[in-house]
Amino acid sequence: MSDVVVTNAVKKYGAVVALGGVSIRFQEGELFGLLGPSGSGKTTLLRAIAGFVTLDEGSVLIDGRDISGVPVHLRNIGMMFQNYALFPHMSVADNVAFGLEVRSLPKAEVRERVKAALGMVRLTGLEARRPKQLSGGQQQRVALARALVTRPKVLLLDEPLGALDRHLRQEMQIELRRIQRAVGITTVFVTHDQEEALTLSDRIAIFESGRIIQEGPPMEVYERPRSKFAAGFLGEANFLQGRIENLSGGLATVALDLGGRAQCAVPGGEVGQSVTLALRPEKIGIAAGDGGINQTRGRVTDVVFSGNSTTYRVAVGEQSMTLFRQNLSGSAIEPGSEVTLSWSGEHLVVVTP
Amino acid sequence: MRGLGAWLLQAHLWLVLFFLYVPILVMAALGFNASPLYALPFDFDLVWYKALTGNAKLINAGINSIGIALVNTVIATVLGTMAALAFARYQFRGKTILQLLLFPPVAIPWLVIGTAMLVFFYWVGIKRGLFAILLGHVALSLPYVIVVVGARLATFPRVVEEAAATLGATPWQTFRRVTAPILAPGVIGGALFAFAVSFDQFVISYFLAPPGTTTLPVEIYGAIRKGFTPEINAISTIIIVVSMGALLLTARFYRFGGER
Repeated sequence: MSDVVVTNAVKKYGAVVALGGVSIRFQEGELFGLLGPSGSGKTTLLRAIAGFVTLDEGSVLIDGRDISGVPVHLRNIGMMFQNYALFPHMSVADNVAFGLEVRSLPKAEVRERVKAALGMVRLTGLEARRPKQLSGGQQQRVALARALVTRPKVLLLDEPLGALDRHLRQEMQIELRRIQRAVGITTVFVTHDQEEALTLSDRIAIFESGRIIQEGPPMEVYERPRSKFAAGFLGEANFLQGRIENLSGGLATVALDLGGRAQCAVPGGEVGQSVTLALRPEKIGIAAGDGGINQTRGRVTDVVFSGNSTTYRVAVGEQSMTLFRQNLSGSAIEPGSEVTLSWSGEHLVVVTP
Repeated sequence: MRGLGAWLLQAHLWLVLFFLYVPILVMAALGFNASPLYALPFDFDLVWYKALTGNAKLINAGINSIGIALVNTVIATVLGTMAALAFARYQFRGKTILQLLLFPPVAIPWLVIGTAMLVFFYWVGIKRGLFAILLGHVALSLPYVIVVVGARLATFPRVVEEAAATLGATPWQTFRRVTAPILAPGVIGGALFAFAVSFDQFVISYFLAPPGTTTLPVEIYGAIRKGFTPEINAISTIIIVVSMGALLLTARFYRFGGER
């Protein structure tokens, strides 16, 4: 149970910059999600903490101790790999016992701790099975038990749920969260699945091209993205281009390129300045209206029904806007309808293009 | 139509098995027949097996063969496994060419290789003898070991070694408890090939054997030229039983290709 501090981590592979100076602190006991597209550096950072990647510059501290020169097997970390990396020639119990046996712990203690670990992940009774004889979800539980049984200081998860189907994934998200809380271990996980990051994490960091572009609690990053990339990567977003027409009382009136006006806070904005505003699809209302402020008119082009909600695409001028509606009533809006989209100014977020 | 097709396939299978095994069975059976001229009726007798025990030349050749095959197996398996590991895990200059060079020795007729080796060994001053035979066998069996072990390595999940490291295993512990057991079926398979290539080897041994010293296949060939006796049947039967037994045992403990 420890905190991990990464300072100015740089890693280059030839001309490719995998990490371009990343500094981040993972706090004791938190579950931290590293999110980003593939090749953005999140896995490199995870592997640098594990010790598989040697940094060109910067340092990794666990509990204030610099572990840069410490080989993997002495770092006392627990790691769960994307395809679990269970030992195919060992039983479930032997897989879990491995980390204890290489530490030469007494046999009785090994047996006791393996039993407790398998109980924690609810696999009691499957001790003698081989990994091949287990389902994906069970294999993952074995991997988790194996990673935790040595009582590591940090738990690293590389795309922990990537190999599971959707239903099982949701179940394991809850399970993973429960176990992580119960053990209280500092946990860092890598994912490219934004929903997984939002569901699991206490805090998240978004990677782009080897740098962290935003970090914070999931809700904060979702509601207040700072850049177009962050807004687009974490959930869906509409982007409205416009120019500040007027400023009064902290509120800017923005003339939108697609027509109409929006009113919202633009910190540090000046009259005449171009701005990009992000607007989440679920924050847009669709109804008849006159096209006043924070409203715009368009024509419905696509209607996608998906059970509890419906996704609409609406052509507004040159642009296509996306919005979600909960299916509260039975009636849907037909494609081709002329509609008015409206939103509240507080939901407009200024982002860097 | 499907009935006819299935019937033809069945017939094909049985014909293959018939032509493969009936000669072997007939040969084995006649080793237990008392007549030196392979005359029937069948009269069960172990006389040819008793005769074998007194045949010093055949026994010496057998000892030579087994000895060379065992030493060859150890050397070829160790060197071949190391080479396969190098091919699978490291990048180095000339790697592709070296890998390509592995295959011609498997395809070139042994007669050609045997001649080439004889000439070459003469030229560099290695005398005909057991050492020359061993050298030839190792060179011949290396590609087999490299290919068989390489096939196992190709499906080896490297990430399990990383997993072992994160669990606190030293590199040596990782090799001993994770890498070696997972590779074992491939290495055993390679060793079996090395043994078979050497034990069955006639041409190279024939070329490199000095007068007086021989291996079993060469001795059997010599005996047949002088006149066929059921003693040959007896020794051949022993060879078949031993090699089949070893193969079945190995297959029992290691399912080839699959993970246990």
